[in-house]
Amino acid sequence: MTAGSSPAAAPAPAAPAPAADVRRAGRWLFRAGVVFLCAWVLVPIYLLMVNALSAPADVTGFPKRLVPGFDPGSLAFFLRFQGVAEALWNSVQVAAVTMVLSIGIGAPAGYALSRFDFPGKGMFRLLVIMTRAFPLPLLALPLAVLFIRTGLDDSIVGLALVHTTLALPFAVLITFSLFSGIPVELEEAAWTLGCTRLQAVLRVVMPLALPGIAASAVFAFVISWNEVFAAAVLTIQNRTLTAFLLQSLDVSPLPLKFAGGAALVIPALVFIFAVRRYLFAMWGIANR
Amino acid sequence: MAEIRIRGVAKTFGSFTALHSVDLTIRDREFLVLLGASGCGKTTLLRIVAGLETASAGEVWIGERRVDGLAPRDRGIAMVFQNYAVFPHLTVYENIAFGLRMKKLPQAEIDRRVTRNAELMHIEQLLKRYSGQLSGGQRQRVAVARALAMEPAVILMDEPLSNLDALLRLEMRAELKGVLAGSRTTTIYVTHDQVEAMSLADRIAVMNAGRIVQADDPVQVYRNPAARFVGSFIGNPPMNFLPATPAGPGAWEVAGLRLAGPAGAAGRIEFAIRPEDLAPAPEGLAATVRVVEPLGPHTLVTAEVAGAPFRAVLDSDLRVAPGDRLTLAPAADRIRWFDPETQEALT
Repeated sequence: MTAGSSPAAAPAPAAPAPAADVRRAGRWLFRAGVVFLCAWVLVPIYLLMVNALSAPADVTGFPKRLVPGFDPGSLAFFLRFQGVAEALWNSVQVAAVTMVLSIGIGAPAGYALSRFDFPGKGMFRLLVIMTRAFPLPLLALPLAVLFIRTGLDDSIVGLALVHTTLALPFAVLITFSLFSGIPVELEEAAWTLGCTRLQAVLRVVMPLALPGIAASAVFAFVISWNEVFAAAVLTIQNRTLTAFLLQSLDVSPLPLKFAGGAALVIPALVFIFAVRRYLFAMWGIANR
Repeated sequence: MAEIRIRGVAKTFGSFTALHSVDLTIRDREFLVLLGASGCGKTTLLRIVAGLETASAGEVWIGERRVDGLAPRDRGIAMVFQNYAVFPHLTVYENIAFGLRMKKLPQAEIDRRVTRNAELMHIEQLLKRYSGQLSGGQRQRVAVARALAMEPAVILMDEPLSNLDALLRLEMRAELKGVLAGSRTTTIYVTHDQVEAMSLADRIAVMNAGRIVQADDPVQVYRNPAARFVGSFIGNPPMNFLPATPAGPGAWEVAGLRLAGPAGAAGRIEFAIRPEDLAPAPEGLAATVRVVEPLGPHTLVTAEVAGAPFRAVLDSDLRVAPGDRLTLAPAADRIRWFDPETQEALT
């Protein structure tokens, strides 16, 4: 209701009042929802940070601190812990291979989806997403058997292959929307100016798509970096950081858990934040 | 020498036929405009010549080479696109140089051609800019300069002016005509704008529903439409049509007026006259004025003749008001006749 309502409308305000109430209530509900969802994400991260950045004694002590002590003790303890450095290096390697494979396979698929009409295109897009419909535990046992038979078990490449299947749908969808956003006419102009199809892709499409492809690569990296289940089942000696932490969850002291958690979350958060614009694009123009 | 010969080119998309066996020859250095409403197949035909679309049947020849099996890059063509297709990641200079670098020309030659064509299109001060920093008109100039720099045998233009605002379009139209006449290339230019077609073309090919209805010089297309469609599509306002009934050998009755017409035809035919070929006279078609639109040099009168809408472009000194009755006499040598069955012109 505006303050300057005319005298003629004076008897009326009884009617719109409930509507205004509903609107106000709706606004409060919306705000409460936003606050709740933010808290849902931010509070665990906050607690993780506070404890990772406090001295081991503070972490185990009581009462808990709400402000981090900025003591590198927990992190130093974590990094010196037996096996952590190796696990970290394994994680980086697996994630890097996953990233290369996902983009190497996903980007051409995304390009084909955006540029060509072929029979079964809709089905293909559905199947790409369907790969995420199978729970990994269901596949883990047959995969483990298969990997042992082929000698891929407990290897960087073997685990990276599994992570690639997890990251691939996203790589395909992100690059699909990326390529769809680049006008076909630019490629056609390149053809008329003397390019082959491949040259047009390399000289015109790639420079325009590169930032988005990098974002998609980072996303694949993060998916592998955070993946626990396959890593825990398929590796024994060459554990990634997630599998290593899971394995030592019962036996390790509290500061180690927090520092390990922070070591996993921070790179993922930073990467995802850096490329968020391109990840939104996946849902934006991908609906064609 | 770059004569373009299109022989029996057809294109189907599934069950939809976009082009029905088109035959057309574009002479060396000719400026041919493909004119038609949207969906008539003109852009498809252009893209088939460019090699961006493959024909379902037929042959395309450029000069002495059959090109319909070749990639766009091997056809000796350059193209200007409706949305300009200026590469956003390259400067204006690199855009114009793009095709020349693909040809592996020496840097000195690239410099010479970029500078010359940039000057020709008045964009020499923009060479270091990116397309995001250019206006629509400037992008259009870059696209034309890029095509000209290739020094192609054939330039293909797909509605190059349709994304520009009206004033800019007029300016670019005149400029394009001058530049392309100077470049001495063969040009195919696609447009749905009849004024653009009339003003640019050496020859207009009017297309309708996947066929070329008439290909002739602009005045011929305007004065002597080969089909009813051409008369109704070209001209603003378009031709007037009225049914005619036989009234003796070589004579026809149109809305009560006896006129000399084609002798060979039988049954009902159609009388057609352009609005500007009518003048008030003691004897003529009885018209009731409905709307009067004074346009300055002349007055556009929308009237009713025998129950059908009928337009006349009359002298602006003539005082008429809605409801007035006029008798409009058609200029005898400008009357055209059409067969309502085949839609073709009768003589």
